Amino acid sequence: MSSFQVFILASVIKIVVVILVLLTAVAYTVWLERKVVGHMQNRWGPSRVGPFGLLQPLADGIKFLVKEDLTPPHVYRPLFIAAPMIAVICALTSISVIPFGTALTIGGHTIPLQITDLNIGLLFILGITSIGVYGVALAGWSSNSKYSLLGGLRASAQMVSYEICLGLSLVGVLIVSGTLSLRAIVESQSGHFWGFIPKWNIFYGCQFVAFFIYLMAAYAETNRIPFDLPEAETELVAGYHTEYSAMKFAMFFMAEYANMITVACLATLLFLGGWSGPVFGPPLLQAILPTFWFVAKIFVFLFLYIWVRGTLPRFRYDQLMAFGWKFLFPLAIANLVVTALVVAYRS
Amino acid sequence: MLHLVLFLVFGAMCVAGAVNLLIQKHPISSALSLVVVMASLAVEYLLLGAEFVAAVQVIVYAGAVMVLFVFVIMLLNAGEEELTKGSRVAMVLGVPGVLAGGLLIVWALIHDSGGNAVALGALPGFPQKIGALLFHEYLLPFEVTSVLVLIAILGAVFLAAKPETPPAPAGRKG
Repeated sequence: MSSFQVFILASVIKIVVVILVLLTAVAYTVWLERKVVGHMQNRWGPSRVGPFGLLQPLADGIKFLVKEDLTPPHVYRPLFIAAPMIAVICALTSISVIPFGTALTIGGHTIPLQITDLNIGLLFILGITSIGVYGVALAGWSSNSKYSLLGGLRASAQMVSYEICLGLSLVGVLIVSGTLSLRAIVESQSGHFWGFIPKWNIFYGCQFVAFFIYLMAAYAETNRIPFDLPEAETELVAGYHTEYSAMKFAMFFMAEYANMITVACLATLLFLGGWSGPVFGPPLLQAILPTFWFVAKIFVFLFLYIWVRGTLPRFRYDQLMAFGWKFLFPLAIANLVVTALVVAYRS
Repeated sequence: MLHLVLFLVFGAMCVAGAVNLLIQKHPISSALSLVVVMASLAVEYLLLGAEFVAAVQVIVYAGAVMVLFVFVIMLLNAGEEELTKGSRVAMVLGVPGVLAGGLLIVWALIHDSGGNAVALGALPGFPQKIGALLFHEYLLPFEVTSVLVLIAILGAVFLAAKPETPPAPAGRKG
């Protein structure tokens, strides 16, 4: 086979595998969340369908597909239908630039474990996420319901505000590593210092403040507790997706969890060294281990998400804005200035 | 070849979005058409090889500025605009104006379609290069622009600030 045919074949296989893994991961993150939060609240969580309730996501999927798809009267139909699509497309697209391991060499062809390696990978993800806001905002507006509208308004204000903190927290990492390519950022974090501590940006680049800011901003961007005001069920019924049912509702659900996974991937790549970790054993194990470490770090990050959800109450709306603009934003700028000074002094 | 097809497709999308922006009656539809224009412009930058500019175009214009537009339209709950027959001045001045502008563009395209057109993918805009240009050669304009933005922010804050509360009556100073 020519190298072009290999490239096409490898790309198609990678896309199919990544989408399948991502969708399965989305389904089982929901299961994990219900299970873990259940145990935190001293109940069992899903336990009837299959062993440990493991088939629950499958049952939920069938339920979403066969339920009646209601479109309430007086909605603005084109946008009402387009909004969940925008949300889910943006959520699934951003995974395409995430590298999940080193390159494989099969029959003389080197295949990087990543769908595509853009040299502006990070900016691509930020751009796609910023488009994703439209899904939520338009869903709220087109539903023609006051709860949805309030949810949509809150979502767009919150996401635009926290996007700034999110972006600024990443700039520190970019200054330390000096590139926008996600693969190059991970490669700059390999190795150890002082003998045993891994050279991850969170330790070696002293980006723990940035990591904290990223964590907070990421929770707000994905509308998760304690920042889930766009869908606060105690005041807004379900916020922007109040009027949605069946698969359209499931699409918002999928988008939210896919975004969580993307955010976890980014945190792993930028702050926690990506797929770097101890590699040992026979060649086959050596090929699998980096991806294993990558997935393990993502799992830890997702678990943290669920843990926070089971622990913290929701912010009030003015507290949310004050926290974002008066605390996180100055902190992010301070972190940026200090990082820039340190890097300039070192070089 | 693929570049040319993509250029034509997204160019057409850009123009269609711009026309749709004008003929749509509802502000939300117009705003969304503008998003389409911004996004297809970003793709055109990408085709020229200016990846960084394309990404910034999407993040800043489609992702931030237009979200605020949509936010304001949603907040004010602006309704559909009424369709009028148009003013006579617009008809008398507008149609010849559009024709003259169109002719000017066509003339410029015919006159200037020599060998100095920019090839697709010919302008690799790496972030490092743009940064170096911005912070060395064009440092002064860059800083002046930042002052301009600062003035705009101050103006917005001044307009949005609540009017001062009347001073408390004398003798009750705490």
